Amino acid sequence: MTAASGPAARTPADLVAAAWEALRGVKDPEIPVLDVVELGVVRDVRAEGGAGPVEVTITPTFSACPAMHVITAEVRSAVESLGVEARVVTRLSPPWTSDDMTDEAREKLRAFGIAPPERHGGLLEIALDAPVRCPRCGHPDTRLRNAFGSALCREIRTCRACGETFERFKPL
Amino acid sequence: MSASAGGPAAAPGAATPLSAEVRAALIERLTAMADDELLLGHRDSEWTGHGPLLEEDIALANLAQDEIGHAALWYGLRQALDGSDPDALAFRRDPDGFRSSLLVELPRGDWAFTMLRQFLFDCYEAEALPRLARSAYAPLAEAAAKAHREELFHLRHAGLWVRRLGLGTAESRARATRALDELWAALGGLLAPLPGDALLEAEGVLPDWGAVAEATIARARRALAEASIDPGFDTEVPPASSREAVSEHRRELLGTMQSVARADPEAVAW
Repeated sequence: MTAASGPAARTPADLVAAAWEALRGVKDPEIPVLDVVELGVVRDVRAEGGAGPVEVTITPTFSACPAMHVITAEVRSAVESLGVEARVVTRLSPPWTSDDMTDEAREKLRAFGIAPPERHGGLLEIALDAPVRCPRCGHPDTRLRNAFGSALCREIRTCRACGETFERFKPL
Repeated sequence: MSASAGGPAAAPGAATPLSAEVRAALIERLTAMADDELLLGHRDSEWTGHGPLLEEDIALANLAQDEIGHAALWYGLRQALDGSDPDALAFRRDPDGFRSSLLVELPRGDWAFTMLRQFLFDCYEAEALPRLARSAYAPLAEAAAKAHREELFHLRHAGLWVRRLGLGTAESRARATRALDELWAALGGLLAPLPGDALLEAEGVLPDWGAVAEATIARARRALAEASIDPGFDTEVPPASSREAVSEHRRELLGTMQSVARADPEAVAW
């Protein structure tokens, strides 16, 4: 078994754990409080041996999301920073759904000023029209201003209670 | 924005082995689908800065991005079959090499025209994509399932506008009707099967394309009737214009769309 290129020999499990940790440092370029792991973009991390290579499987949120170029490059760099070869594989199936975002991610979004998508369990049309709480004051009486926003994942709303105009991450 | 925005599709080796004839037919069909999305995306993008409302300017920019992203999906599937580069297909192919339908090539026209054209295309995708998601060719099924989820936002948007135009004023209804007259003549070209489709259907790679066409027309008729826009057409699929025919609209569109890439072929994407 070849020695790892790091300072000490690693088991494949150690390497995979280190890779997952490194990937938590890869942020969504458009929502920098979120990392690609809690976003549900990273699907799988595998290592053939303690010295790599490490294969990361990612999936795009929206198929036309332009951030995926940057995310792919940063995922590769994050793995290479561990001193091993990186392989990044993009898979479309099963399709990313906003349900793949963690609850922590949802709270970070809200604190950032973007209303998070509610969990829909596949009932997307119901989730789209469900009441959305204002991320600033919490009031549920918010009005859809535009089904499209500054990015593919967002819609624009105004809070009838406090007047804040904000974006919501669309359920998908 | 480069045509490869969505990244490559399934990893190599995941595809079902195909015969040479099926591969060739699938390449033709994927090219037609990708070309339709790319040119439609370009037409949508022409409204940037010119939308009737700020909200619609933003909406069309989003739709354009989605359509181009879907073009990247289909070009990516072709790339896995014959190694062709999506950016080269999009920006360096001559007009006679494209297989887009006249429906998406037509100029953007007025707002009613753009909304009716988008609506007809969205009706087609609402019927084609869920059926394609059951393709025996796994990469195609996966890409179609992915695109189908995103098309919901398109159909909602276009469907709402068809109602606003039809149920609005005498002028909005007149413009919608005028748009439909021209678009209906081109719809056949979008829905017509390609020569290789019969083989793809026999292999389970493509769904019954005749059923897709019928369902598209039925869906469109229902929505137009609800919007009080009298289609004035029968249920027969209108005669098709060939995708190989190079319309003046395709030339003009590609002349603009490809102009920057062709001006500096050595340019590196930033």
